[in-house]
Amino acid sequence: MSSETILHGHTAGEAVHTHDDHADHGHHHEESFLTKYIFSQDHKMIAKQFLITGIIWAIIGGLFSVLFRLQLGYPDMSFPVLEDIFGRWAKGGRISNEFYYALVTMHGTILVFFVLTAGLSGTFANLLIPLQIGARDMASGFLNMLSYWFFFLASVVMFASLFIQTGPAAGGWTIYPPLSALGQASEGSKLGMDFWLISMALFIVSSLLGGLNYISTILNLRTKGMSMTRMPLTMWAIFFTAVLGVLSFPVLLSGAVLLLFDRNLGTSFYLSEIVVKGEILPNEGGSAILFQHLFWFLGHPEVYIILLPAMGMVSEIMSVNSRKPIFGYLAMVGSLFAITILAFLVWAHHMFVTGLNPFLGAFFVLLTLLIAVPSAIKVFNWLTTLWRGNIRLTPAMLFAIGFVSLFISGGLTGIFLGNSTLDIHLHDTYFVVAHFHIVMGVASFFGMFAGVYHWFPKMYSRYLNNTMAYIHFWVTLVGAYLIFWPMHYQGLAGLPRRYTDFSNWQSFNQFAGMNKFISTVAMIVFAVQLLFVFNFFYSIFKGRKVKSQNPWGSNTLEWTTPITPGHGNWPGEIPEVHRWAYDYGKDGREFIPQVEPVGADESKH
Amino acid sequence: MSGYFILAILALAFVVTFQIAKASEYVSVLKGEEKTFKQNNRINAFLFIAFLVLGLIGAWWCNSMYYGKTLLAQPAASDHGEKIDFMLMLTIAVTGVVFLLTQILLFWFAYKYQYTEKRKAYFFAHDNKLELLWTVVPAIFLTVLVGFGMFYWFKITGDSPKDSQIVEITGKQFNWMIRYPGKDKVLGRKNYRLTDASNGNALGVDWEDGASHDDIEATEMHLVVNKPVHLVINAQDVIHDVGLVHFRLKMDAVPGIPTTLWFTPKYTTTEMKKITGNKDFVYEISCDQMCGSGHYSMRGVIVVETQEEYDAWMSSKKPQYVTVQESANPAASTPDSTTVTKVAEVNKPIAKLN
Repeated sequence: MSSETILHGHTAGEAVHTHDDHADHGHHHEESFLTKYIFSQDHKMIAKQFLITGIIWAIIGGLFSVLFRLQLGYPDMSFPVLEDIFGRWAKGGRISNEFYYALVTMHGTILVFFVLTAGLSGTFANLLIPLQIGARDMASGFLNMLSYWFFFLASVVMFASLFIQTGPAAGGWTIYPPLSALGQASEGSKLGMDFWLISMALFIVSSLLGGLNYISTILNLRTKGMSMTRMPLTMWAIFFTAVLGVLSFPVLLSGAVLLLFDRNLGTSFYLSEIVVKGEILPNEGGSAILFQHLFWFLGHPEVYIILLPAMGMVSEIMSVNSRKPIFGYLAMVGSLFAITILAFLVWAHHMFVTGLNPFLGAFFVLLTLLIAVPSAIKVFNWLTTLWRGNIRLTPAMLFAIGFVSLFISGGLTGIFLGNSTLDIHLHDTYFVVAHFHIVMGVASFFGMFAGVYHWFPKMYSRYLNNTMAYIHFWVTLVGAYLIFWPMHYQGLAGLPRRYTDFSNWQSFNQFAGMNKFISTVAMIVFAVQLLFVFNFFYSIFKGRKVKSQNPWGSNTLEWTTPITPGHGNWPGEIPEVHRWAYDYGKDGREFIPQVEPVGADESKH
Repeated sequence: MSGYFILAILALAFVVTFQIAKASEYVSVLKGEEKTFKQNNRINAFLFIAFLVLGLIGAWWCNSMYYGKTLLAQPAASDHGEKIDFMLMLTIAVTGVVFLLTQILLFWFAYKYQYTEKRKAYFFAHDNKLELLWTVVPAIFLTVLVGFGMFYWFKITGDSPKDSQIVEITGKQFNWMIRYPGKDKVLGRKNYRLTDASNGNALGVDWEDGASHDDIEATEMHLVVNKPVHLVINAQDVIHDVGLVHFRLKMDAVPGIPTTLWFTPKYTTTEMKKITGNKDFVYEISCDQMCGSGHYSMRGVIVVETQEEYDAWMSSKKPQYVTVQESANPAASTPDSTTVTKVAEVNKPIAKLN
C-alpha cells in the first residue's frame, strides 16, 4: 500500500472540496481488501477497527476480573483447570499471589486505556465527528489511520507482555515506583514493566494523533451553517475529550520515560535511599512522589476522557428518544467545559495520604468538590429532559437511563472521597473500588453500549437483536448494582484494596459470604457480556436490515447520509445546516432535522 | 468434570437464549413492528419502576445485613476517628437525600412518560431559573461539606501535642518494624547505607549518634491509652501505607521521605474487646498501598494499654544497641565507651561511602 493509498487519500480529499458531483465518486477508485479493511483511511472503517479491537480487549480484561474474583470469592477451593491453562501461575489450581497481582494490574490497564479510552472515544469520535458536523472525512485520514495502527502496535506489545516468563506488570495500573522501578521488588517489575511502558508510549502516540485530528476536524471542517453552538452535544463532549487527552497524555509520557530511565539507565528520578531485600541501592535524591504527580496529572483527566464521550452520547440519545430537546443545551456545554478545566486542577486528590502538604491538600479538596456542581447540573438537566417526554425505550435509551442512575450513584460517593478528611479513612479501601467502578467503569460502559445500540444501524446497516439487547441491559444493570453496592460496606469496614486473601486478618475476615456472592454475580454479568459480543458479530452479518434512512427519527446529520454511506459520506453535496440539533416536539412536529431551513412562522425557543 | 458440566450448561443457555431472541424477532415482523415496539416499551417501563422498588428494598436489606460488620457499628478508637465518623455520617445524610430524590425521579419519569400515542412531548429547551436553582443549591451544600472537611482536616494534620509519645514505624516487604526513642525521647539518627539486618541493624541506625543507644526496637507497637502518639513513618524498599482502620487513619510510608501522623488512642485493647464483643479483637496495622506479592499479608499489631502495663512491657525491653553490643562482644555485658568506639570503627568503612 503506502504511497498509493496516500495518494488515493489525497486525491479523494481534493475531489471532495473541488467537485460537486460525487454520485459516482466511489466508482473511480476500486478499493482492494487491504485498503478497504486493513489500511483504511475511511473514518467509519477506522471506527469499526477501534471498536472491534476494543471488544477483544474488553473480553480479555473482563476474563481477568473473573479469574481474580474466583480467588476472592472462593479462596478455599482449587480449580485444576486453571493449572492446566496457566501452569505454574496457578499451581494446584489456585491463583498464585504474583498471578493475582498481574491480573489486577492488567485488568485495570486494559479496561482504562485499551477499552474505555481507545475503544470508546476512538470508536465514536471517528464514527461521529465527520458524520455529525458534515464532513467527508477527518482532517487527515492518513494520521487517523496511523492513530489506529499505533494503538494496534501498543496492543501487540501489551499482549506480548502477558506471555513473558516473569509475567506482565503487576504493580497496579498506577505503576507507582519504586515498586515498578525495581525488578528485585517484584516479578512483575522485571521485563513485563518495560513492555508496559513501551506499550503505553505507543498508546500515547496513538491518542495524540487521534486527538489532534479530532480537534482540527471539529474546528475546521464543519459544514455550512454548523456553528459551534449548533453542534450536537456528542461533538462538544468529544471535542473536550480530545483537548483533555492532548494536554495531559504527554505528561504521562514524560513520567513513563523517566521511569524507563530509572529502570534501565541508573538514574534516580523516583528513587532515594532504598534497601530492597537486603540490597543497598546507590540512588539518592529522587522522589517517589514526583511520579504520582506526573501520573495523576494524566490519570485524573483520564477519568473524564473516559466519561465525557459517554455523557455526550447519553445526552444525544436521551433527547432523541424522549422526543424532546435536551434541557439546557448551553448549560450542558458549559458544564462540560467546567469539568474539562477542573479535571486539570484536581489530580492531587489521589494523593491526600502521601504526606502531601495539608495546606495544598485544602485547595484540591475545594476544586474537587467543585466538580460536583457541573455534574449536578448535568444530572438535573437529564432528568428534566425525561420529564414530560414521550419516551421510547429502545435498547440505547435503556442504557442511557442506566448511565444516569450509575453516574448519580458513583458520583455521590466521589463527594466522600474528594473530601480529604474522609479520604484518610476510605483511601485505598473497597469504597474506592466501588466508587470508580460504578462512576467511571460501568457508567462509561453503559454510555458505550448506548452508543453501539444507537449507531449500529449506521455502522453496519443492520439492527442488533432487541431481545438479546434487553437481556443484556437488565442483567448488566442489576448485576452492576449487586456487585458494587455491597462493596461500599466492605469499604466502610476498611477492607484494603488489592488483597488476595483476607483470612489472616481479625478486622477484615467477615465478608467471605459477600465475596462469594459478588464473584458469582460477576461471572453471570461477564457471561451476559459475551452474549452481547455474540449479538454484535451475529448482527453484522445476519441482523435485521435497516430499511429507512432515519430509523430513530433523529435530527442530526448522520441520518441524512445513505443507509450505507460510502467513503465521503454524502453522495451529493454536503447538506447545509439551518438549526440546532434538538428541535424535537416543536410547533407540534415530532422532529425537525438540522438540514431544514427555519420557517417564517416558526416559534423561537 | 463439574467444570465442563457448567460450561456445557452455559453453552446450552446461550443457544436457547439465541433461539428465543431470533424467534422473537420473526414474531415481531409478523405481528407488526409498531405493535411489538409498544409492547416492549410497556414491559421495559414497568421493569424500571420494579427495579426502583426492588432496588430500594434491596439496599435496605443489604444495610441491615452488613451494617453490623462495618466500622460504623463500633466507635472510633481515636479522637481523630470520631471527627471522621461524624463527617462520614454528615456526608451520608446529605448524599443520601440527593440519591433518593434523583434516583426516584429518574425511574419514575422513565415509567410515567413512557411512549403513548396520545401524548405529545413538551417542548422545553431551557429555563434560567431552574438551572440557577440547581447550580446554587448543590454549591451551598458542598460549601458546608468542604467547610466541615477543612476544619477537621487541619485539626488532624496539624501539629501533634508537645507531650506526644514518639514511635517510629518502618515498612519493608512484607512486615513492619517499630522503634521507640527510649528515655532521651530522641530517635537516633539513621543512614540507610548502614542497614545490615544480619548484624542487628535492620533499620540502618547510625550507632555513632549517642541518641540511638537507648532506642528500643520491637515488632509490636505498644501505646498508652489517652496519650497522644506521634508516628514517624518510613519505608525501606517501596511505598507502603500504615493503615489503622480502628483509628480511622492512614498514611503512606515513602522511601526517602519520612511522613508523620498523630492521634490519641481512646480505648485499650481490652476495652475494645468488650465494646466489639469480639474476644479476639486486636488493633491491626494493614498495608494499604500495593507493595508486591505479599502485600495482603503485611500485618502489624498495636496493643493499647494502661500506663502501668506499658511501663512493664517497656522495662522488659533492652535497647537494640545493647543487644548488638552483646552479640558482637559477648565478654562485655554493659556498654562502655570502648565498645562504642569499636562498633564505630566497624561501621566506618560503610560510613565513608557517604
